[in-house]
Formats: sequence, structure tokens, C-alpha cells
Amino acid sequence: MSGPETPTATTADAGAGRSVRKPAPAWRVALGQVGAYLGRHQSLTIVLGLAITAAALPLIVLLPPLNGFGTQKDFVGGFADAGVFVLLAIGLNVVVGFAGLLDLGYAAFFAIGAYTYAYGASPFSGLDIPFWPMLLVGALVAAMFGVLLGAPTLRLRGDYLAIVTLGFGEIVPVVFLNADKYTNGTNGIVGLAQPSLYGIMGVDSFGFTNPWPYFVTVVAIIAVAFIFLYRLQDSRIGRAWVAIREDELAAASMGINTVTTKLLAFSIGASTSGLAGVFFASKLSIVSPDQFGFTVSFTVLAMVVLGGMGNIWGVAVGAFVVYEIQSQGLKQLGSFVQGLHLPTLTLGPLSLDIGSINFINFQYLLFGLALVLMMLLRPEGLFPSRRRRSELHESPEEAAESNVELVQA
Amino acid sequence: MTSTTARRRSVTVPWRAPLAAAVALAVAYFVILGGILADPSQHLTFGDAIPQAQAQFVNAVTIGAIYALIALGYTMVYGIIELINFAHGEIFMCGSFVSWWLLTTLGFSGAINDPLLLVGVLLLAFAVSMLVMGVVGVVIERLAYRRLRNAPRLAPLITAIGVSFILQNIVFVVVSNSIVTTPQIIPNTQLTLGPISINLINLFVIILAVSLMVALQLFIGRTRLGRAMRSTAIDRDAAQLMGVDINTTIALTFFVGSALAGAAGVVQGLYFGITVFNIGFQAGLKAFTAAVLGGIGNTTGAALGGFVIGFLEVISSVWGQGRWSEAVVFGVLVLVLVFRPTGILGQQLADRA
Repeated sequence: MSGPETPTATTADAGAGRSVRKPAPAWRVALGQVGAYLGRHQSLTIVLGLAITAAALPLIVLLPPLNGFGTQKDFVGGFADAGVFVLLAIGLNVVVGFAGLLDLGYAAFFAIGAYTYAYGASPFSGLDIPFWPMLLVGALVAAMFGVLLGAPTLRLRGDYLAIVTLGFGEIVPVVFLNADKYTNGTNGIVGLAQPSLYGIMGVDSFGFTNPWPYFVTVVAIIAVAFIFLYRLQDSRIGRAWVAIREDELAAASMGINTVTTKLLAFSIGASTSGLAGVFFASKLSIVSPDQFGFTVSFTVLAMVVLGGMGNIWGVAVGAFVVYEIQSQGLKQLGSFVQGLHLPTLTLGPLSLDIGSINFINFQYLLFGLALVLMMLLRPEGLFPSRRRRSELHESPEEAAESNVELVQA
Repeated sequence: MTSTTARRRSVTVPWRAPLAAAVALAVAYFVILGGILADPSQHLTFGDAIPQAQAQFVNAVTIGAIYALIALGYTMVYGIIELINFAHGEIFMCGSFVSWWLLTTLGFSGAINDPLLLVGVLLLAFAVSMLVMGVVGVVIERLAYRRLRNAPRLAPLITAIGVSFILQNIVFVVVSNSIVTTPQIIPNTQLTLGPISINLINLFVIILAVSLMVALQLFIGRTRLGRAMRSTAIDRDAAQLMGVDINTTIALTFFVGSALAGAAGVVQGLYFGITVFNIGFQAGLKAFTAAVLGGIGNTTGAALGGFVIGFLEVISSVWGQGRWSEAVVFGVLVLVLVFRPTGILGQQLADRA
């Protein structure tokens, strides 16, 4: 991307410039070759990247100041929970980021996945189907509900779709709450079976005390989902999604069946959510309707928006960071501020004691601020996909930049 | 739109709408009555069920009036900038807290029996809440929505969700994280006129809501500013070319819509005697359903939709012991959006998706 040069410079220095350029050092050549190899083998890159991340995370928490906040075991358990949200976020990313359909009832599919596992492996239903096939069953059932909801509603315009999904997201927990003959109502279904490896690698039932098998399992599930979604993104379907997102009318006139394609995005998003639900239910060993309210849907949406709609890695990182801030960061901030001993503010019947503030209460304020500021200042998210960024900032400079990345990738 | 259809419309006989409304109300009444008679836990005779049915009927109209007031704001904002203002339900919630704050600061805790004082306090409560929420609505539009007017549709929608989080969380943290008891300053008096018996508060709410709606219709239909709003809603660029100040007009729309939600918030406190930081979400969703049901962008439709939702809620709670009313309302929302997205009175909207 060299700019236009003055004629004198090109004629005088062309030969000199070429001879002066030093050969690249060997390590850079090797790195370049590795990079090129990994670039050609995307799935391998994903597996390696996730493996390195998963190996590094439990080690990072041993370093100060993180080791002061909890034991490694607690952190690993937290990472396993964060993995659930990573799954949810990359699933929602298919719907919102790829296909541009705003789904505000995403937690409904999460709930459906979780309850599917509860029916498959709990004393309540009397069945005891192992965890691993139930993962698939949960994903399929959630996908089926995705199709059921999507088929009539996907003809709607974007914001109407948002409202319908919001309504659906509200109805599903209400149904699980009120159909207590089948769902045990408010109390939920308890005593769900733990996953088991049947002694392979010395792991029998996962149990409650040891978070490691869950952590490894969720990383493995995420890896599979990543490979699947990356391949899908680069496929004909992935391109069709982007086309629909950009201009539905143009996409339809290019021969894309918009309803089927949108339905596919919807059901794939739902199935990822279903996977997350099965895992979540098996880890907690209990499902109840209040775990799947609209706050879950909105939290996941915030994760996707912050991470960068359309970029799988970005969304995953966004989900992880938001989850950790939510579960760890705010707690630590609270104990920090408590130590400052600030005075109490009073205004009529209202009073505000800053020292006693529980910062976890502020998480939705922070989400809200983050969503608003993000949309105003950086609508492409923290880790944008190239295409999104070039759409949202159409300056020639950035377009050139994204071209460079395109070449490097 | 050809001239024949226009002529056919103008010929439409005006008695049809009131007749349809009367039939619908009668049907609703008997459905409520049937629900009360069918309730296995009560085993009421016909004579005992009638006063209950009457009370539930009035209750439905009152709740419907609240939803209608909120729905008007949704429909106005959608009509003018095609944004589903998710924060609107939270405006309603904040309105209820403003009136709670005012009334408790003034030292009221129960019914005010002096009629003059009561009227004065009510006027003050409504004026303050409507003004404050109107200003809040304008500020939100200015800070969060204006810059995104030409952005992709998803952007302002997500911003609106963010604003709704912010408002809800502020009330949650600053005021209360649990249910707050609001002073019910209107005395609990039963007014009887022949066979009809109605509580003072119900009467007050219904009269208030109807007069606000009439005032709104007059404002939109008869004033210069109302005409500016209508023309901006139809074609923003053309309105601008004709000398309409778009920014002021949109801000005004937010002011009026939010003020109506603020009024609904005061009513919430007066009628139910409680408020809580998270009522805005559900109320907003139901009011949005009302707006869609009536045909979004259509103020008469929103008011109508509000009453329909009020009846739906009461009917489903009478028949299903209250547990399914939310599912029924949202189910209706989904069905309406799928099968008749233009609503009962809706006009065909330009498809800009």
C-alpha cells in the first residue's frame, strides 16, 4: 500500500532501495511460515488457540494480584461458567452478528436446552440418559424450537422480530413456571445427573467438588462450536447471511432464499444455546425458571455487542471478559470502595451511602452505559470483524488497513 | 391508494365503530362473568358473581387506561423515528417513583379527605411527574438517539435497551431494590348510580386517561406543532424542506410521549399503591403490545389497544387464576405481529427493513 511518490524519487531511488533491503531474519521467516500454515488450517488454529488459552488461564490466576481473590479451583469453576456464556454469545452472534436479526429472547433456547437435559437425566423424569448424547439432543430440541418460532416470525421486519423474540423469551420461563405438573414449577427440577467419562482418564462422575472436568469439557465444546461456526461463516450460507444482513431485498433478488437462510441462522443460534443449556444444567444439577429470565438474554446481547458483532473470537472474548467482570470484578471493586469510608448523601427520602454500595447491583447500569457508549462511539465493538468495521467507518485509510489485514489473514 | 378506496372510506358509516366497541365490551363483560362463575375455588351464585364481574370489568378498563397512556408514547415515537423505544417502560416506572418521592416528601401517607387539597395535590403530582419525565425523555433522545438517527436500525434499538438498563439500575440503586409503598391519596369511596357502582379512583383514572387522550388528539390534529409532528412522521426530509424544525419536533414528540408515561406512572402509584424498580419492563412490553395491536404509529389505535390488553389481562387472570396472564398477553403479541402486523386500525407502513 505505498502511496503515490514523486516521479524524481521513483526514478532515482528505485534501484538503490531494492539493494538496501536486508533479508528478513530467520525467526521471522519461520514465524511467517507458521502463520501461513495456520492460516491455511483454520481448525487447527482454533484448537491450538483454545488449548493455549485454556492452559494459560488457570496459570494466570496463580499470579498476584489475582491469587488474592480466590483459589485456583474457584477460578476454574468460574471459567467453566464463563464458558457457558461464551457458547451463548457465539451462538447469538450467528443470529445478530452474521444474519443481522435481533433476537431478544435468546435465553428461551438456553432454558429449553437445560430442561431437555433435566428430562433426560433426573429423578423427576425417571430417565437416566448419559450427558454426551444429551448434548446433541439438547441442541436438536433447541434448534427445533428455533425453527418453530422462526418459521412464522422471520418474515417480520427487524424490530418487530426483536419484539416477538422478546415475547417468546418471556413466555418460555412463564410456561416452565406455571406448567408445574411437568416442570415442578418454581422449585425447578433438582438432582440432575452429573456427566461421566466412565473411568476414561481416571474420571468417573464429574461431581460437584472438582471443577476441572467441567472446564475441560466446556473448552472442548467451545472448540467444536468454533470450528463449526468458522467453517459456516466462510461457506455459501455464511455469505448468504451477510448478504441478508446488508440488504435483504438485494440478497433475495440474487437468488438467496431469505426465509430458509434466516431460519438456518436462527436454528443454529438456538442449537448452540441448547448445547450451553445442557452443559449448564449438568454443572448446576438443577434447573428452575428464574435462571432464564430476560436478563440472561440481554446480558448475552451485551456480550455480543461489546465483543464485536460478527467476529467469533471477539464475541467469545467479550463474553469471557463481561462474565468475569460481572462475577469477579464488581465484587472486588465493592470491597475496594468499602475500604475508602465515603460519606452518605441524602436527598429527601433518598439516601446514598457510597461505602455500603454493592457494586454487583450496578452491573446493569454498566451494561447499559456500555451498550449506549458502544453504539455511539464504536458501533463495531471492541474486536470488530473486518467487514463490520469497513461498513461502519468508510474512510479510505481504514479500508486500506482492512485490506492489509485481509491479505495477512 | 386510488380515489375509489378513498371515497369508500369516507362513506363508511360512523355508527359502526361505537357499535363494535359496545359489542366487544358486552362480550368482555360476559367472558369475565363466566370466568368468575367457573372459578372452582369460589362456587358463586349468579347474583354474587355480578358485583365481582362488575368490579373486574372496571378494573380492566382502569388497567387498560394505564397501558393506553404508555402505549401512546411508544406509538408516537415509533411513528416519528421508527424506533421501538425500549426505555419507554422505564420512563413509566420512573414516573411512578417521582410521584412517590413527591408525595412522601410532602408528608402524605394515606387518603386525603379534603377535596380541595386532594385536587391540588393531584394536580401537583401529575404536573411534576409529567414535566420531569418529559424532560428526561427529551434528554434521552438528545444524548442517546439523535446521533443514531441515520445509523443501521439495530444500533438505536440496542442503545434503547442500554438506556432502559441505566434507568432501571439507577432507581434500583438510588431508591429501592424492593417494592415501595406509595401513598394512595384518593379516598376509597364507592360511588353508586343506579345499578352501576364504581370506586372513585377508577372513575378518576378513566376520566383522566380519556381526557389526556382527547387532549393529545386535539394537539396532534389541530395545532401547528401537531401538524409538524405528523408531517415529520410521514416524510422527514420533505417536512424539513417545508421549514419544519426536525430536531425540535422529534424532541417534542419524546416530551409528550414521556409525559404521558409519567402520568401513567402516577396512576400506577395511586391505583395499586405500590411500585418497584422492575415494573417498567413488563408494563412496557404490554404497552408495546397494545401499540402494535392498535396499529403502531396510530394514536387512536394505541389507546384502543391499551384497553384491549387491559381486558385480556383481566380475562386471563379471571379464567386462569392469574398465572397465565403474561403468557396470554405475549402470545397475543406474537400472533398479532405474525398475522396482522398492521394492527386493528393500522395503516400500511412503508417497509424499510
